[in-house]
Amino acid sequence: MDLDPLLLSRLQFAFVVSFHAIFPVFTIGLASYIAVLHGLFYKTENPAWDRLALFWTKVFAVVFGMGVVSGIVMSFQFGTNWSNFSYATANFLGPVLSYEVVTAFFLEAAFLGVLLFGRNKVPEGVHLFAAIMVAIGTFISSFWILSANSWMQTPAGFEMIDGRFHIVSWTEAIFNPSFWYRFTHMGLASFLTGGFVVAGVSAWFLLRKRDVEANKKALSMCLWLLLILTPAQAVVGDFHGLNTLEHQPTKVAAMEGNWETSSNVPLLLFAIPDKDSQSNLFEIGIPNLASIVLTHSAEGEVPGISAVPVDEQPPVAIVFWSFRIMVGLGFLMIGVALAGLFLRRKGRVFESPLYHKVLVGMIASPFVAVLAGWIVTEAGRAPWLVYGVMSHAQGLTPSLTGGMALFTLIGYIGVYSVVFLVGVYYLSRVVRQGMLDEPQEVQGEIERAKRPFSAAHTPFDDDTDNRIEGANA
Amino acid sequence: MTFDLAIIWAGIIGFGIIMYVIMDGFDLGLGILYPFAPDEEARDVMMNSVAPVWDGNETWLVLGGAGLLGAFPLVYSVFLPALYIGVFLMLAGLIFRGISFEFRFKSKKNRHWWNRAFCWGSAVATFAQGAVVGAYIQGFAVEDFVYVGGALDWLTPFTVLTGLGMMAGYSLLGATWLILKSEGHVQQWAYRIAPKLLLAVLAVFAIVSIWTPLVSLEVRERWLSQLHLIWIFPILALVCAAVLYRAVKRQKEGLPFVMALGLFIFTYLGLIASKWPVIVPPNYTIWDASSAPESQLFLLIGVLFVIPIVLAYTAWSYWVFRGKVKVGEGYH
Repeated sequence: MDLDPLLLSRLQFAFVVSFHAIFPVFTIGLASYIAVLHGLFYKTENPAWDRLALFWTKVFAVVFGMGVVSGIVMSFQFGTNWSNFSYATANFLGPVLSYEVVTAFFLEAAFLGVLLFGRNKVPEGVHLFAAIMVAIGTFISSFWILSANSWMQTPAGFEMIDGRFHIVSWTEAIFNPSFWYRFTHMGLASFLTGGFVVAGVSAWFLLRKRDVEANKKALSMCLWLLLILTPAQAVVGDFHGLNTLEHQPTKVAAMEGNWETSSNVPLLLFAIPDKDSQSNLFEIGIPNLASIVLTHSAEGEVPGISAVPVDEQPPVAIVFWSFRIMVGLGFLMIGVALAGLFLRRKGRVFESPLYHKVLVGMIASPFVAVLAGWIVTEAGRAPWLVYGVMSHAQGLTPSLTGGMALFTLIGYIGVYSVVFLVGVYYLSRVVRQGMLDEPQEVQGEIERAKRPFSAAHTPFDDDTDNRIEGANA
Repeated sequence: MTFDLAIIWAGIIGFGIIMYVIMDGFDLGLGILYPFAPDEEARDVMMNSVAPVWDGNETWLVLGGAGLLGAFPLVYSVFLPALYIGVFLMLAGLIFRGISFEFRFKSKKNRHWWNRAFCWGSAVATFAQGAVVGAYIQGFAVEDFVYVGGALDWLTPFTVLTGLGMMAGYSLLGATWLILKSEGHVQQWAYRIAPKLLLAVLAVFAIVSIWTPLVSLEVRERWLSQLHLIWIFPILALVCAAVLYRAVKRQKEGLPFVMALGLFIFTYLGLIASKWPVIVPPNYTIWDASSAPESQLFLLIGVLFVIPIVLAYTAWSYWVFRGKVKVGEGYH
């Protein structure tokens, strides 16, 4: 049997990291939202904010727990499948990834417990402070992870000695040339994810006329946030693209589907990129627009994919289409946010069932956009693991066989399917239960910060509780 | 530099490993004993006795994984490829038992599924960890800092034995923990099984002690040709075993667990003394395996800051949840 361990390892990493990414991208945004809710309650004493905060904290707990589970696997992936890469880059990635763990632990040990279980046990001000610290902590975690990733995209601050990276400047390495663009783009993406999920769930409750007052407040807040952030993300994304043009021109060429370096390049709306002929089999585009977007001049020169040898070219079709999915969803999000403003002027934003249904449908959109964006940036740098220095093939574990990689790929898909199905099933029960007045105790349950699920007292199956049935009816 | 960062890091990692082993050890052991528990009430008590404290243990595992990459990347880049299949099985086991902690108490009609996940997850993860120890004693096929062996080199009769030995050892830790934390018929059950588990551990201990010098030349040299203080460790381990046996027979409550910990710690120290300073057997020492000094130093600052917090948090957890777990109630 001829199985390619390189391809299978890339698939495995793409699978486990994508699976993992959907949880933190949501919890980062949600943590800030919960902190804001606590702040509003602290300031106004309006119990609606408290009910919202309690409900979303339960959701946060479950999603955070699933993120932790999948994150443990990530910390072993580099060694099992990419041991040459780990060994060569350990001087930088080792400390940076460890700092992420250290930060995450500190956050959990010190503040998550107070946020999840401190309600009515600590003063309101302390509870608010814990909520803010958890929100900051999630950003510090993403700071380290994105620093590691952007260093691989735009490596800096190192010298090579005997095939290993040695750090000569920690500040240059950590704050490498693409770091701030990535960090801002991802931070906004997290807020957008949190915003669209909260807006969608609030709309879902409004459609069912449950907790109308609180959910109106939540929806209104989210729509204002999205109105500002959706266009802001487009601007940040544009800057990020220009930064990529400077450091990874081939990736931008693949995003644009542009094979030959030239001026007056059209912005392609549809194309079938073909690596064999080094051209697009078919394309529809807007003349000159890619040149204008990337260089702010119709005469501007846009790099071409063919500028690098075929074996250094990324998978063009995947990058090209993932980019269009991400941008397309971005524009859709701007449209939905603007529609909210329009309906608000007419006073129908809380009344229109159609708009609420659209919002429910939009819940998935930020997740898809985030995954598409990651596929653009990760597939787009192929064949480089550390851009321009170390390729995927060089970083692979030498002893790895196709059979081993296939075994664990199937294994992780199996394990994650079970975890994901159980987690999402449970999450849907938590959401459908909605905002009960009093959290119910489940016999034998022990609440602990590092077991975030214990913050959600929703039972797992029906015969333990019949209030769910009542709530659904 | 006046102090040797590699030795400091070896101390930190060594400390982290033993913390993980003894702390996750007893709760994994309870998982292995789960199907043999006298009744569902006993299972409630068993899970309740570890539910408040087991969660901190995964911290040591992740910190150890990331710390190895930062401080001893050679260990990370040799052990993980060499133990590829075993690492996957261990992670899968830990994930399943982790979520069963979350959902068992939330379920009624699906509870038996979570019982199964808890037991099988614990058993598989423990076996994999024991096999890792065996593989470490065996050594790895490494050429020019790269693992060159096959996918299942780690799976030999010797590592199967150490895997089973670890299952017996963790079960012993679990049983003595249960003696400490329970009362009534659950505690009596734990008193009954503890001597049998101790016997199983000692049997494996004896076989491994005879077998190890046969699979590892360096270990043989060290134990036989030089008269070392090294013999103190197995002797102390045996003393712990003897005291443990008497303490169980006299129905002492705390002493059996302390002695089981001692048994583990002295065996562990004996193992380190056999290998020191080799960290990737048979050839590479802690200095060969180190990352750059500036990287070790950069990471040391953060880790020295957080380890006291981890320890304080852990101690606090045990303090808050001290005392007996009674049938039919959790901690509230």
